[in-house]
Amino acid sequence: MAPRVRGATDPAERELLSAGDVARTIARMAHQIIEKTSLGSEGHRPVVLLGIPSRGAPLARRLAELIAEFSDAAVPVGALDITLYRDDLRRRPNRPLESTTLPEGGIDDCLVVLVDDVLFSGRTIRAALDALRDAGRPAAVQLAVLVDRGHRELPIRADYVGKNVPTSRAEEVHVCLTELDGRDGVYLRREADQ
Amino acid sequence: MMLIKGVRLYGEGDPVDILVRDGVIAEIGPWLDAASTQDLTDVEVLDADGLVALPGFVDLHTHLREPGREDTETIATGSAAAALGGYTAVFAMANTDPVADNAVIVEHIWRRGREVGLVDVHPVGAVTVGLKGEKLAELGTMARSQADVRVFSDDGHCVADPLVMRRALEYTKALDGVIAQHAEEPRLTVDAQAHEGERAARLGLAGWPAAAEESIVARDCLLAKQTGARLHVCHVSTAGTVDVLRWAKERGTKVSAEVTPHHLLLTDERLATYDPVNKVNPPLRTESDVQVLREALAEGVVDCVATDHAPHAPQDKDCEWSAARPGMLGLQTALSIVVETLVRPGLLDWRGVARVMSEKPAEIAGLPDQGRPLAVGEPATLTLVDPDARWTVRGTELASIAGNTPFEGMELPAVVRTTMLRGRVTAADGKVQR
Amino acid sequence: MKHLLSTDGLDPAQATAVLDTADTLKRTLLGREVRKLPTLRGRTVVTMFYENSTRTRVSFEVAGKWMSADVINVSAGGSSVGKGESLRDTALTLSAAGADLVIVRHPASGAAHRLAGWLEGTGTGVVNAGDGMHEHPTQALLDAATLRERLGTIAGKRIAIVGDVLHSRVARSNVHLLTALGAEVVLVAPPTLLPTGVDSWPVSVSHDLDAELPALDAVMMLRVQAERMHGGFFPSAREYSIAYGLSERRFTLLPEHAVVLHPGPMLRGMEIAAAVADSPRAAITEQVRNGVHVRMAVLYHLLAGEEEAA
Repeated sequence: MAPRVRGATDPAERELLSAGDVARTIARMAHQIIEKTSLGSEGHRPVVLLGIPSRGAPLARRLAELIAEFSDAAVPVGALDITLYRDDLRRRPNRPLESTTLPEGGIDDCLVVLVDDVLFSGRTIRAALDALRDAGRPAAVQLAVLVDRGHRELPIRADYVGKNVPTSRAEEVHVCLTELDGRDGVYLRREADQ
Repeated sequence: MMLIKGVRLYGEGDPVDILVRDGVIAEIGPWLDAASTQDLTDVEVLDADGLVALPGFVDLHTHLREPGREDTETIATGSAAAALGGYTAVFAMANTDPVADNAVIVEHIWRRGREVGLVDVHPVGAVTVGLKGEKLAELGTMARSQADVRVFSDDGHCVADPLVMRRALEYTKALDGVIAQHAEEPRLTVDAQAHEGERAARLGLAGWPAAAEESIVARDCLLAKQTGARLHVCHVSTAGTVDVLRWAKERGTKVSAEVTPHHLLLTDERLATYDPVNKVNPPLRTESDVQVLREALAEGVVDCVATDHAPHAPQDKDCEWSAARPGMLGLQTALSIVVETLVRPGLLDWRGVARVMSEKPAEIAGLPDQGRPLAVGEPATLTLVDPDARWTVRGTELASIAGNTPFEGMELPAVVRTTMLRGRVTAADGKVQR
Repeated sequence: MKHLLSTDGLDPAQATAVLDTADTLKRTLLGREVRKLPTLRGRTVVTMFYENSTRTRVSFEVAGKWMSADVINVSAGGSSVGKGESLRDTALTLSAAGADLVIVRHPASGAAHRLAGWLEGTGTGVVNAGDGMHEHPTQALLDAATLRERLGTIAGKRIAIVGDVLHSRVARSNVHLLTALGAEVVLVAPPTLLPTGVDSWPVSVSHDLDAELPALDAVMMLRVQAERMHGGFFPSAREYSIAYGLSERRFTLLPEHAVVLHPGPMLRGMEIAAAVADSPRAAITEQVRNGVHVRMAVLYHLLAGEEEAA
């Protein structure tokens, strides 16, 4: 399936983060990860970034590049598809699977930082934790999200948040990334009346 | 006494009235009530305005399932279906249980038919004992029985052994009988499920090749010619058989042939759903076979229509294809299919319908009082058809116990309004008159 | 997609989606200690085999179990099936008992189609695991998965299917699927083992295996069933083997990159030389391995999505 194109500007759409904001936010998150995981310091625990497809995957790669740039630490990156672990499979049309790719060394005894674009109900992250359990045995798991829009349905919180955005349930948060959408930006959009 | 008013004989000429008295056509003419009938008080008047009068239909090929499978059809229900379909005489094939290969069984069937009284039920005698194709049944005894059997057939099975077939043909000469052959070379149809062609191959259904029919018809025509005996070919299904028949008739072979309504309309396109309601033996063939069969019937190379009416229980049809029994209902839909496939396209007129559904089959079977002309002094055995009405086929509404019609849901032309057997109305407006 | 009954008419995009899913599943599970996904928890899959087939039944069973479905095996021997219950009644019983999917292998062509018809409106899906001489769609999908893996793509590849095409459901399913995916298919068989009207199939036909081999990207050897050997379709096993067996000499006529497939079980010696079957260019064990992933993918596509509106 081709990625959904999130392109044309829509009057019902409000920009939350510009392209510049996105770059700055990701950079800040990279710094926070370095700091909180003591990356670059002696004897730090190996860190692995796992992006949740589709937009978590390029985000994880960008974070890894920035971390390397800021700290000289090479952080392995992978992708963790959680489709097979979702609890809402029967509520939506069938969806194609995305790739799961783990770093060469695996994730056992690593500090895994899960990376996703938007944190909402928390169900995706719960599925990711299940998927992670089948993929290996990390020492600890943290969560990094570009946007936290609230409305949690599970006791899950992010360790790194790019931007907290209060939203209503009727709204949608659209994250655009150059790798998939041709440009960077975060938008808030009222869902069209159904 | 009955006065049928405003009917067109063979669908030709101006409407006339028919006066029926004592089972015989007493008078035919315009405005009969004004003249000869005015003094008659007990005349039942039947308004037949716009209807076509034909001689009662004769079906050389039905399976009435009694004795043996009375859960699917009986002589009573089969007779009702026949009367409703415009038939006044039917031939009941011998593959009952026990097989009608002896005088006791054929007399039983004949007697049951008489008791029911809706159509003349003529039992067909088996050619060989138990339909096994090995030893001739007591053809002479059956012929001399009350049932007066003249048509012999192992239908359902082919008399495959050429020597047995030759003897059967020869032997029936003395009985003034005819052998009706189910032409199917069994070695060519082992496990066969459907017409051997592109469709069956794609669907993985073992093929029933046209040559399995044509080779037997050719062989039997040669034997009939050689012996001077009469041969009747059941349910012709292929264009190649038509060629063989044409050739045989041209060289003076005493051969006649029938075609079923379903082979005049349906093709192996029906296989796609794997619904065994479409499973029949011989199988549904191709569009080009259907076209050739229609033309052959119109031309007379194929002599008549016979239904091969074959009721089957739901459990014998509502199963996987290869487990299903072959056969389909036909008595109540035959006329409509003939009208749809031959009359409407202009291949046959109503006189032609009378020929293929009544006169020819009566002649082949040697029935003296069926298929007679619509004329004064002839038996009042006739069928009144509404040529313009249409109806929708519903298996559950047919008179047969079984409901396995392949025409389910189809809207067809022509409705039988009245069937009369020797002056007695047996079916009127869709209801049997017991 | 509610049923998988045949590859005839299967949308190439749909087929590709199943192959992609199978591929992803294979990579996901690669090297894992725990080969179990929770995806189909609470779904009930019944395999109903009216013909013996250890390999297909086990493959489906493993696929279902790895997806966490509850898999129940019904065999014709040990159930009411053996007591003469009709296929229809058995299917309706299994559906009423809560089967979300029935996987059926049956000697009658069209049995799976009939089953799907009877189960209309019950919410129970049907997978055809081989019906008579008709189709075996998951076998074709696993063959396609194996070919795609070995050759990179299927479009434009020249693939021969050799042997008893007439009686083979594997051949029929492969012809439909491989041609839909853009392959050139050539059927190589004696005329007695080719179906009527094969000229109208989107394939070419040959009786000369040697002449075909040098241009092939893959050769798929079909099984010659024992009952056919005595059916007079060819004079003798020896003559068949000489004309249509994949001998070591013939194997050398194949291009270096060409793949050898066989749906199994193999008749070594007659259909295929042992050395060929065991060569690294034969993908026969890979076919079996891919079979599990392809069947997982099929289960995923049939059972994981939302139920279509009735």
